[in-house]
Amino acid sequence: MILLTVNNERREVDVPADTPLLWVLRDQLSLTGTKYGCGIGRCGACIVHLDGAAVNSCMTPVSAAAGKSVTTIEGLNDDIAMALRRAWISEQVPQCGYCQSGQIMAAAVLLVQHPQPTDAQITAAMDRVLCRCGTYTRVRKAIHRAASPAVETT
Amino acid sequence: MARLVPIDRREFLKGMAAGGGLLLGLYVQLPARGDTAAGDAAAAKPHGPFAPNAWIRIDPDGSIACIVARSEMGQGVMTALPMLIAEELGVGLDQITVRFAPAAPAYTNQLIGQQLTGGSTSVRDAWTKLREAGALARWLLVQAAAERWGVDADACTVQRGEVIHPAGDARLRYGELAAAAAEVALPPGVFLKEPDEWTLIGTPAPRLDAPDKINGRARFGIDVRLTDMAVASIERCPVFGGVLKSFDAEVAKAVPGVEAVLAVESGVAVVAKDTHAALAGRQALQVNWAFGPHADTSSAGIRQRFERRFADAGVMVREDGDPDAAWSAAARTLEAVYEVPFQAHACMEPMNCTADVRADGCDIYVPTQAQTRCQRTGMDVTGLSEDQVRVHTTFLGGGFGRRGEQDFVRDAVRLSKVLSRPVQVVWTREDDIRHDYYRPAGLNRLRGGLDADGMPVVWKHQIVCPSILSRVSSEAVADGIDRTSVEGAANLPYGIPNIGVAYSLESTPVPVGFWRAVGSSQNAWITECFLDELAAAGDQDPFALRRRLLAEHPRHLAVLDLAAERAGWGLPCAAGRHRGIAVAESFGSYVAQVAEVSVDGGEVRVHRVVCAIDCGLVVNPDIVAAQMESCIVYGLTATLKGAITLADGRVQQGNFDDFPLLRMSETPTIAVHIVPSEAAPGGVGEPGLPPIAPAVCNAVFAATGVPVRSLPIRL
Repeated sequence: MILLTVNNERREVDVPADTPLLWVLRDQLSLTGTKYGCGIGRCGACIVHLDGAAVNSCMTPVSAAAGKSVTTIEGLNDDIAMALRRAWISEQVPQCGYCQSGQIMAAAVLLVQHPQPTDAQITAAMDRVLCRCGTYTRVRKAIHRAASPAVETT
Repeated sequence: MARLVPIDRREFLKGMAAGGGLLLGLYVQLPARGDTAAGDAAAAKPHGPFAPNAWIRIDPDGSIACIVARSEMGQGVMTALPMLIAEELGVGLDQITVRFAPAAPAYTNQLIGQQLTGGSTSVRDAWTKLREAGALARWLLVQAAAERWGVDADACTVQRGEVIHPAGDARLRYGELAAAAAEVALPPGVFLKEPDEWTLIGTPAPRLDAPDKINGRARFGIDVRLTDMAVASIERCPVFGGVLKSFDAEVAKAVPGVEAVLAVESGVAVVAKDTHAALAGRQALQVNWAFGPHADTSSAGIRQRFERRFADAGVMVREDGDPDAAWSAAARTLEAVYEVPFQAHACMEPMNCTADVRADGCDIYVPTQAQTRCQRTGMDVTGLSEDQVRVHTTFLGGGFGRRGEQDFVRDAVRLSKVLSRPVQVVWTREDDIRHDYYRPAGLNRLRGGLDADGMPVVWKHQIVCPSILSRVSSEAVADGIDRTSVEGAANLPYGIPNIGVAYSLESTPVPVGFWRAVGSSQNAWITECFLDELAAAGDQDPFALRRRLLAEHPRHLAVLDLAAERAGWGLPCAAGRHRGIAVAESFGSYVAQVAEVSVDGGEVRVHRVVCAIDCGLVVNPDIVAAQMESCIVYGLTATLKGAITLADGRVQQGNFDDFPLLRMSETPTIAVHIVPSEAAPGGVGEPGLPPIAPAVCNAVFAATGVPVRSLPIRL
């Protein structure tokens, strides 16, 4: 048994220790908002927060998450997350939507580290998340919008 | 003034839905006894089972559902199609729910002949029929209200799902009227709003799928979870055309969670209790393949096969004037060979399908573009009847043509049938890259001639590539021409007096399929780049030359002018930057793009793209803009990044490390401008793609003086 804290809930899972966290979330815990895209850490669709850091859950063995706090898109509900979601709607970011959990999870960590990120900081943080629909320009705008208190309510 | 559209009674069905609601929509199966009597609502009900083949459902509880019969893969049909209904029905988008349609004849895409999302046809197919469906529903609801009040129906109005009494002092909600409206006789016709009466069509209404796509709730095919569901991963022969010789399942079966290992049509399936166990079991699998006759296939060998076809003239697709004579007489001639590689679709959601086959029914949960085909696959594999095979379309994590195929569907249905339990087949990224139906590779010979003034007088183009349609339906290429191979080339719009376009179908062992914008995605690159070569040879500005040659094509001209103006064509660029321009018509829409690039050593950087589109009447301008952005980024990956190559009969790429996609850091700023138009709607999901590769390559040509004749760009 491996003990995890996922979205502030204690969960026990009975899986091999090397099982990627991604599949534990999706298959054992039914948290399917975290997506499989490549399995080699090159697309970012599977990004979750592990003690506040954005990690590729496809490359994180579940044993490495034991005793740590895991947050998935379903549990991302703080002020930054709400600002990001409002901005995502304002900018009409999603298309197919498959990568969007990873985009928002990566953006949320960026805004903790850089509440007012520059374009270069946005690129540095978001370049790890692929989007085949090409929503990148809107992702960038939405992050700027979420970071800007002046337009947060518009 | 609104327009009266006569109703074809044979196509409309009206009747009571389960629960006493109003259900209506287009119905393609005729009632057994021909046309129905005018004004006889009861006779309009069909004989036999009442299929849910409708676009609108209004329940007595007030809920209003719009049924969307096209697949939402990012292109916005879940929003754009309900907008057409809601506009005429008189409801807000915030008042409706959307359901994806089952597979049923009523949902056939009339432009394709089956229930399929592709060819940028969704709005074009739906444009009239969904507005008519909405208008008819509104008319019936108003009649029901007018009868109840004893007033003239024409004096009633509607607003946000309510009928308003002529005196303005009473309102009835649609839900309250649903049962009565179902009994109202059909009218001889319905009025459709004129464009100046639209309040929803033409507005940037927010996407209805966006809220669920930012909180993890949107359900894609890979997210389907059924009780007692097994997960399967399939090892396929790495060489196209190879077959299974033998396999050793013992080690795989020893992996915890693995429940079965069995041969299937496409390879060897490892079935497990969850995805990780299936993948781990597959890694432990030992398989021996007979690689078959294509084990020596290589990219170089395929290129040689293509090249040999230049020796024959090919099948003439278009011949204007006398190209051969004009070639001989031209003051100056130019010849070039353009080469495109195979390309993978690389949808972010890997292929998957979940099937639940029982003795009396089959449910297929699938991110598909092709419901009719999925139903047929289910029937073929299970032997069940059409009404026993139900297709449940989920959200699609990208489609781009890949998700019209049946390979992943067939595997899931077969495994569920054999194992008598629900099975989800999940492909890995490597499966997806190595077992795609690729955009065809091809070789193109271009010959152009100029007169003494530097104007093009002859254009000869020979296309050598495999055929997509010959796999799908051989009769489609009966004359030796696959229209998808020549689209974007045979319809060259330029006013050149002598044009010859020829096609040589050359098959390879590599499966080919529909990739975003299909033939135009590469032919526009070839033709638009070669036109710039001719412009340079004739010492003409590429924009000015296009303007002269497009005098007879006002819609091409308008987008070209708009893109050039907004991009500042003719004005100096920032230091080190160069512009390229291209224009193309595809899927009924016209798009021009200007790309601004810099070339630093071997590195091409695209800084800015200005895009102008004329897609006729616009349903949702923000979705149009988003699709242009999407097409540009998708096209830039094929222009700048990767390609699919072959060695020893196998695809050499497998994941995003060796088949990279464009990332944010490589994405230009994009400005989209829409040409106002009253023409019938054109497509938007694909037409933004064809111009981007040539716009970028023409800018590189401007920067370096060396034309780019193969993709991706390698300087």
